[in-house]
Amino acid sequence: MSDLEIQAGLGRSPHAGTGGSTRPARPARRFGLAEVLAGLFALFLVTAALFPALVAPGDPLGIDPLSAFQTPSPAHWFGTDESGRDIYTRVSHGTGSSLLIGTLATLIGLGLGLVLGTLAGMLGPVVDFTVNRFLEVLFAFPGLLLALLFILIFGPGVATATVAVGLATAPGYARIIRGQLLSVRSSAFVEAATVLGRSPGQILVRHILPNTLAPLFVLGTLGIGQAIVWASALSYLGLGAAPPAAEWGAMLSAGRTYIGSAWWMSFFPGLFIVLTAVAATALGRGIERRMRHS
Amino acid sequence: MSGAASRTAAVRVRNLVVGFGAPGTDPVLNGVSFEVAPGECLALVGESGSGKSVTARSLLGLAGENSWVRTDELSLAGTDVRNLTAAQWRHRRGSDVGLVLQDALVSLDPLRPVGREIGDSLRLHTRLGAAARHARVLEVLDRVGLPDSDNAVRKRSGELSGGQRQRALIAAAIALDPPLLIADEPTTALDVTVQAQILDLLASLKRAGTGILLISHDLAVVGRIADRIAVLHDGRIVEQGPANEVLTRPGHPVTRQMLAAIPVDKPRGLRLSPRTAAPVSLAPPASDRAAAPGPVLETTVLEATGLVKRFTRPDGTPHLAVDGVSFRLKRGTTLGIVGESGSGKTTTARLALALTRPDAGEVRVLGQAFSAATEKERRRLRPHLGAVYQDALSSFDPRLSVEQVLRDAVAGGARRTGRGGASVADRARVLSLLDAVGLAQGLLGRRPLSLSGGQRQRVSIARALASDPQILICDEPVSSLDVTVQAQVLDLLDELQRDRGLSLLFISHDLGVIQHVSDQVAVMLEGRIVETGAAAQVFAAPQHPYTQALLGAVPRIGY
Repeated sequence: MSDLEIQAGLGRSPHAGTGGSTRPARPARRFGLAEVLAGLFALFLVTAALFPALVAPGDPLGIDPLSAFQTPSPAHWFGTDESGRDIYTRVSHGTGSSLLIGTLATLIGLGLGLVLGTLAGMLGPVVDFTVNRFLEVLFAFPGLLLALLFILIFGPGVATATVAVGLATAPGYARIIRGQLLSVRSSAFVEAATVLGRSPGQILVRHILPNTLAPLFVLGTLGIGQAIVWASALSYLGLGAAPPAAEWGAMLSAGRTYIGSAWWMSFFPGLFIVLTAVAATALGRGIERRMRHS
Repeated sequence: MSGAASRTAAVRVRNLVVGFGAPGTDPVLNGVSFEVAPGECLALVGESGSGKSVTARSLLGLAGENSWVRTDELSLAGTDVRNLTAAQWRHRRGSDVGLVLQDALVSLDPLRPVGREIGDSLRLHTRLGAAARHARVLEVLDRVGLPDSDNAVRKRSGELSGGQRQRALIAAAIALDPPLLIADEPTTALDVTVQAQILDLLASLKRAGTGILLISHDLAVVGRIADRIAVLHDGRIVEQGPANEVLTRPGHPVTRQMLAAIPVDKPRGLRLSPRTAAPVSLAPPASDRAAAPGPVLETTVLEATGLVKRFTRPDGTPHLAVDGVSFRLKRGTTLGIVGESGSGKTTTARLALALTRPDAGEVRVLGQAFSAATEKERRRLRPHLGAVYQDALSSFDPRLSVEQVLRDAVAGGARRTGRGGASVADRARVLSLLDAVGLAQGLLGRRPLSLSGGQRQRVSIARALASDPQILICDEPVSSLDVTVQAQVLDLLDELQRDRGLSLLFISHDLGVIQHVSDQVAVMLEGRIVETGAAAQVFAAPQHPYTQALLGAVPRIGY
């Protein structure tokens, strides 16, 4: 899921999809299978994040050396690790921190992007030029590299990893917000409001901001999946959460040593990272489609 | 006709039924039958939604996804094409039937030279070598009258003008000499003079033996070249016959209504659309300053003097969009500005609305400085000016419903006149506006996106009226509408003008519309007003050659 792809989806004119002069009322499409599955999985994730004991009553850090390296079985659905800890319990308990990191990172990215994008889009050509050149410098670094650079300066840890991922995603958001602002500002309905005698302040609050910010909701949902993948990647590299903490990236990293004999140790945390990212994308796309057709 | 019928018809359709969704349910086309002989032009005329385009697409095997087609007979050049596979259809299209669409800009690949586009069908359908293909491309470009064809083949669609693009598109359609050419609204997006040229081109193809199925919403346009006319309404052909007969002695009410809707040569004030069942009741405007009936005072409400607006072209050369335009709009009258695309009409409208700053000259509203004032000072005068745009849809905030759009417009007005934010009063005002433009209350909750073109334009007019303006500036308010819907909107504007004493600045490329609505006329060419005067006088005795050319190109019925 690249930034480009997101841009392609959202950078359209506010009235995208109006081919003919009249569009018959489109039959309200019910939820597709992908959206239902994604929704169910998201529900499970949120439950696991808020009340981990509800979905997995065990102790994620409880050691039981006698039952180490057990294959997945009815007793241990996802198997156990080298210290006999139940992988299913650990994956479930790790949901909270993964989701929190992903959401916080996305919020940081969106917030920074909003500030930079608004500066560039609203304050005239000089600021626009400056902000754009700054963003281009940031764009020159791959996102993850930017995050690594930040961690190099401030040291590893969950908090730094979160901020690092947020920083790395900010330039993309800033670009999209700036473009959206510019297109809304020059749109015919803003001009129509001027003709009606509205002041720039009224127009900003009533028309420009809502039309710029509405797509951010979709962007955020799509971005959470990406942020979780990146945060897990940092943990995998040992720069985020550290073992034995029940965090997906860290668990993935711990299982790497035993990948030849105990595949389940890396497989299930990895599966959850992938499924979370897929679910977030499916939900984001669903929201986007509904917003465009409403 | 009997001689033509004895030859193989270019297309023959009997009892064509097409629907979308479950087979057999809700057909959008219901038993359409016609045939087009070689060298004959059949015009299929109807309002949008009548099934014109579906008919055209069905003849090409492109009825669309999720569609079902049933017909007793469908033959192209004598071959039954009812059960063709996708591959067989591909072979037929282009060689048996060519298609020309309305919007040449989107129908041609913007990245490829038009010569290549035209050569494609030759490459796919013939065994001609590259040199022979090139020669044939030049030949068809010459045939469609594209000037300088040697150069034109190398140009991309963006480098051609609208008329040239349409010619290139026709060239692509006739490259394989198909016996049938389907032209779906081929001139709707074009200026009148270019439209006349394209129609002449189609007529010459017809004389050369091509059968033409011409699809349009405008009877006046097809009257120029059609031999026979079929009127489509709700998926059925309600009337079919020789063009002369249909145009002069229409048998069906739908045909009569379409003929009545044509504004050309209809005197000002004559209704173009049938009166709505309930007479439009108008809530009296909140302040009656403008609606004084009786003899109109000869006061100027909007005045432009020596307006100049310069733009810089992409290549850096300056371009005078508006070059010394002056006009006066008298209270209660309509000033029509007519010109073709690129003549500076829209820039003039934007200057009049002070949406862009003139490089020289001035606009005064009600005798007060407007263009020269600051936006803050202007805001005091803005309520006196309403604006109606060509693309109503994009002038509405996409998030807002019809009610919110109108409430926004009304609420601003209320606060200005110190009536407070009384929401009940606002609601009543919104309803009276809706009533004034002839829209049902049920539309309030809808988004403009789900309305028809005519309804959108009515909402746009209602919004413009919210502040009880004295002046309405209409920039091409009806050019994206069907003739019948256009007639309703023109009638509405006329009614509102009489009831409220509005002064209208009416901008259009359509001389017929301008002739119908205007008291005064200004003809624009290349940023200048080349002729101006009382409408009756200008249209009766045009002085400038350009006005004469424009008048000559207007499609008329009855000659």
